[in-house]
This record gives sequence, C-alpha cells and structure tokens, in this order.
Amino acid sequence: MTHVLKIEDLHVSVGDKPILRGVNLTINHGETHALMGPNGSGKSTLGLAIMGHPGYEVTSGSITLDGKDVLEMGPDERARAGIFMAFQRPMAIPGVKMADFLRHATTNVRRPDRKEGEELIPMREFRKELREKMEHLRMDSEFARRYVNDGFSGGEMKRAEILQLAMLQPKFAVLDETDSGLDADAVRLASESIADIGHQKMGLLIITHHDKLLEHNPPEFTHVMLGGRLVETGGKELAVELHQHGYDRIRKAYPDAEALNQKLLAEDAEEALA
Amino acid sequence: MSQTITHAFDAAGFDALLASQSEPDWLTTLRREAFEHAQAMQWPERRHEEWIRTDIRMFQLAKFGLPALKPSDCQLADTDQVHQLVQGVELGGRVETVDGCITKASLDEDLAAKGVVFGSLSEIAQSHPELVRPYLFTAFDPDHDKFAALHAAFMSGGQFLYVPRGVVVDRPLHIGSILTDGGTDTTHTLVVLEDGAEATLLHESNSTDSGNAGLHLGSIELVQKPGSHLRYVNLQEWGHKTYHFAQQKAVIDRDCSLQWTIAAMGSLLSKVNQSVDLIGPGAYSQVNGVMFTEARQHLAYHTLQHHKAESCRSDFLYKAAQQDKSRTVWRGMIKVDPAAQKTDGYQRNDNLVLSNHARADSIPGLEIEADDVRCTHGSTTAKVDEDQIFYARCRGFTRKEATRMIVTGFFQQIFDRITIESVREALGAAIARQVREYA
Repeated sequence: MTHVLKIEDLHVSVGDKPILRGVNLTINHGETHALMGPNGSGKSTLGLAIMGHPGYEVTSGSITLDGKDVLEMGPDERARAGIFMAFQRPMAIPGVKMADFLRHATTNVRRPDRKEGEELIPMREFRKELREKMEHLRMDSEFARRYVNDGFSGGEMKRAEILQLAMLQPKFAVLDETDSGLDADAVRLASESIADIGHQKMGLLIITHHDKLLEHNPPEFTHVMLGGRLVETGGKELAVELHQHGYDRIRKAYPDAEALNQKLLAEDAEEALA
Repeated sequence: MSQTITHAFDAAGFDALLASQSEPDWLTTLRREAFEHAQAMQWPERRHEEWIRTDIRMFQLAKFGLPALKPSDCQLADTDQVHQLVQGVELGGRVETVDGCITKASLDEDLAAKGVVFGSLSEIAQSHPELVRPYLFTAFDPDHDKFAALHAAFMSGGQFLYVPRGVVVDRPLHIGSILTDGGTDTTHTLVVLEDGAEATLLHESNSTDSGNAGLHLGSIELVQKPGSHLRYVNLQEWGHKTYHFAQQKAVIDRDCSLQWTIAAMGSLLSKVNQSVDLIGPGAYSQVNGVMFTEARQHLAYHTLQHHKAESCRSDFLYKAAQQDKSRTVWRGMIKVDPAAQKTDGYQRNDNLVLSNHARADSIPGLEIEADDVRCTHGSTTAKVDEDQIFYARCRGFTRKEATRMIVTGFFQQIFDRITIESVREALGAAIARQVREYA
C-alpha cells in the first residue's frame, strides 16, 4: 500500500487572523514536493498545521493520512503515525542529552502503542544505531552527549534535525528551511544527507529558498504559495524558474493573493513593532 | 484524630526530658539557658523580614508532644524500605533515628580504629565530652529566634561525627531520620572534621506516614578545621503535613572544601536558615539545592554565604520547581567582611513554575564591605515553555512525558555537580515521583 498524506481545502488561523485560505495538496509516499513562496505566504504555517501546533487553528478543511483523520490527533500521535517536521528554529531543551531525547523519541515512534513507563529500546542497540547514523552524517560523537539544541549554532541545529529525521524514519516529512543559515559546504552536506535518508524513501515536503537542496532532491512537484493559497503547481522547472527570476511573475499573475500576502506581512510588521 | 500528648514543650516536659537523659552538667546548663530564653522570647513577628513571606499563624506548638524520650517508646519501622541514599552504596557507618530517638548506630571497625567517632550525640557528649563540648553551638546560634532556642532546650537523640586529623573516611556514612505519624523530631547533627580530614555524609529525613502533622525542630552544625574536605548531602522528604524549622550552619576554615547538597521535597511548611561561614583563606564552598513542591507546600530557605577571610570562594546554586498552589521562598545573601579581600562569590536561583497558582519568591542579595572582590548573582523564574512541549510532542513524547523530561532537564545542572551515584538516583527518583500530569 502506498501511504498518502492528503490536505483538502485547509483553512488555518492564528488567533483571529486567517493565514491559510484553502490549501489542497496530496503527497504520495516516495514523492518529493517543493513548497516555495515569498515571506509571509504561509509555508511554515502549513508545516505547523500538519504537526498540530496548538496555536494554529484549523477552521475548515481536512488532513488525512491513509484516510485517517490527522486533525483528530495530538502532535505526539501524528509523530507516532509517521509524520515529521524538521523545524526552522528548533527548541532547546537544557539538561536533556540528545541521545536520551532521541532514544525516547525513537522508541515512541517505532512502537506507537508504547505506554508511558514501558521499556525503551535497549541502550546498547540504540547506541549502536545512533553511532552509525551519526558517522554517516559525519557528526562528532560528542554531539549525542550535548543537551538538545542548547547552545547549538544554526548549522548544528539543522544537522540535529536531520539526525532526528534519520533516526525516526517517518512516512512523511516537512523540511522547513533545513538548508537556511548554513554555509555552502554545510548546505551541500545537508542536501546530500537528506537525499540519502529521505529522497524517494519518504514523502517529502521541502520548504526552501535555495536551489542546492532541490538539486540533490529533485522534486516531482513544485508548489507556489502566495497569500495562504497554492496558486501554481508545476514540475522541477518551476522551482528553477523561481530561483532564477524570483516571484515577480507570480505576484503579477495573482494580484488578489499578492494583496493578501502584503496585508499579512504588514500586520506582522506592526505586531513586531508593538 | 486528636493525639494524646504525654510531654509538651513546657516546663514539665522540659523536666521530664532532663530526667530521661544522662547528660553531662555542662550540656544540661546549655539546655536550661536555652529553655529560659525560649520562655522569654516571642514568636517571630510577621513584619520581620525573615517571616514576612512565611505565615505561621496555623502552627501551634501546643499540638505537638516532645520526641520519644527513650528508644523503647519509638515505633520502629523497616527503615531500609524508607531510606534511599543507601541503595547500592558501601557504607562505612550508619546512625538511624525514629522520632528523634537513636535506634541503630554502627561504624566499621577500621574507621573506629582510626579514631573516627560516629553515633548518638548525647551518648558521645557523655563519653567523649572533649570532642563535643568545644564545638556544640559554635556554628548554631540558640538565640537566633524562639525556634532555635526551643531546639536547643529540647534537642533529643542527635548525631555526632568526628573525624580526627588527617583521617580519610573512604566510604560514605549515612544518617537516616524517620518521623512517624504525628511525631516530633528535635535532632541536632554535629559534624567535626579535624585538620586534613575527609568524609562524605549522606543524611536523609523521611516520614512513614503523613496523616497527622509532624514537627521537626532541628539543627545541623558542620565544623571544618583547616584543609579538611566534606561532602554533605541532605535529602529532606518529610511528610506533607510536617512543620520543619531548622538552622543549618557550616563553618569552614583555611583551605577547606565543602560540597553541600540539599534536596527539599517534603514538609507542609519549611523555614530553614542555611549558612556557610568561610573563616580561613582559601576555603571553598559549593552549595547545591533542589526543591520541588506541590499541593500547598511552603518552603522558605534563607541562605548566607559569609566571607570572613580573604581569598575564599563560595558557589551557590538552588533550582526549584513549584506545582499546584505551592510556594517557595529563597532569600540569599553573600556577605563580605572588610577583611575578606579577593573574595569570589556566586549565587544563583532558578525557578520553574509549573502551575498558574504556584509561586516562587527569589531574592538575591549582596552585602560587600571589601573593595577587591568579585561577587555575582542571578535569579530566573519561568514557566515550562509551551514551545518546548510542542517540539517534544512532535518527536512522539506525550505531554506528560515531555513535561517530565523538561523538568528533569531543568534539575540536570545540579545533578551534573553531584558525584555520588546513589544520590543522583535518589534525587532523580524523588523528582520523578513529584512530577504529575498537566492538562
């Protein structure tokens, strides 16, 4: 059976403010989708709504995984069902070692029916797997003993997210700018790692502003988001066009969506000042 | 349920206590003096800075009897079920009390042969007065307030550790104090380390039942001579109806080190004064504190790092988490005397408030009378970050698991400083028991 993540007519608000206004997107397992769009268009909102962030309210529409209602599930149930998001800005959890965090996470995701307090994956087995994955990602073993994202550089945070992707092996993954804030070498390493771990092995939704990541992970579909809607869908060539020429053509072609996008950006700016 | 009080904290009770003890005269004299002072002293006024945040109007001394006056009066519990710091540790000696009465005391022969003395304070005051008399009440001040005076007058049982010059006690020693239902404990702990001596002392307090209010009126005195090193761990898990009033004092001399770890989990109301006096150059103290409160617990700790000599270092870290309607108060002070140049003092208190109805008061303080010092302090009070919880949930943690992990992580910085595994495990387990489900 091919797994399917299906988003239909999704409307999402933050507080009273509508951000997504009817998003339709179907991702089959093994497919890679690029999600592009100018700042403020709602790309991260889509990712957070897929994960079930409590601050993002789905006002109408649906998300299903193999026909099961995802919106009924809490974020932890979604993770256990095989949905993952690599965060643009992951949270630090001081005092909790990466290895301990990952052992618990990996156990819960691999054994979705595990009850609290039940045994975790045996330490020896887990350490072996973690060490192999880290070597593969060319990560220093010291990394596992550091506290989750605590004092990490931007690049280290992104690599830690990729390590989690590798360990949790989800069915579907949203990668929210997993290549941003990295230097050229690090972008290449991240792109190769993601291709190795996820490309054609998961359903990927890649949010990116760069082309390196998509070169290594050529998308079957490219979606352009503007003003909270997917205004255009194409193949890899659409991603190439947007990288080369920017969003001017899109903005002109969809003036209503562009007006909404500008309005949201202006409101964000006002809130930031307030 | 009302309990029959055989002996109260009054003149008749005091006479009964004296009659039950076979103590040297000098000790009886100290008691009588303290009893007179206690009679003359008023209960602390609410306006007093130490009591302004700690309401003791519900506390009535008359509801409590004196501790058991002889061991046969003690209800003996299966103490190893209760004590946690002993698990998996090879101990050099143990002293156990129930309701302030010594029920067991042992010390390995090799340590006794080196001159180490460990056992009942009142017995040793009788048999070795020369070891006790010069130190008793030197760190502790019986005139601090009425609670201190009452403690000095009515102290019972009590533990004493003496380590002679240059002797290294290579196995931890253990003190276990148990309070039975509605019991009273007035133990006084006195530790004396002579020049160059070393020891590790694990001290834990538990209640076997928390149905009726218990009372602990206690004191700890740690006296360290030059070049001595002490690790002292104090795990307080009194029952949640227990009143806990204590003076906990250390005086450390030249080139000493003291690592003092306090974990305060229990009691209904605690009012503790903890201090370290650094009286000789090169002394170093590290004080670690963990507090975790729930229900309507109120834990107030007033701490002092008193630099009396030059070139001393004091390091202080308390971390507290509060849930339900509980409250903690930390009021800390680094005091630097004019003579204490080159002082390096640090104090920090972090709070994690887990409920909208919980409260943390965090009041750091510096009083510096020398001009060439480095003193810093910090205080943070925050709630569990919802974004942290969301992040962990996205990795498959339930909300409860996420909270538990975040709270445990919060305390990790203290655990990282503790080198004794049984202590880390006992603290971890105590914290895990305390964390509960959040909506």
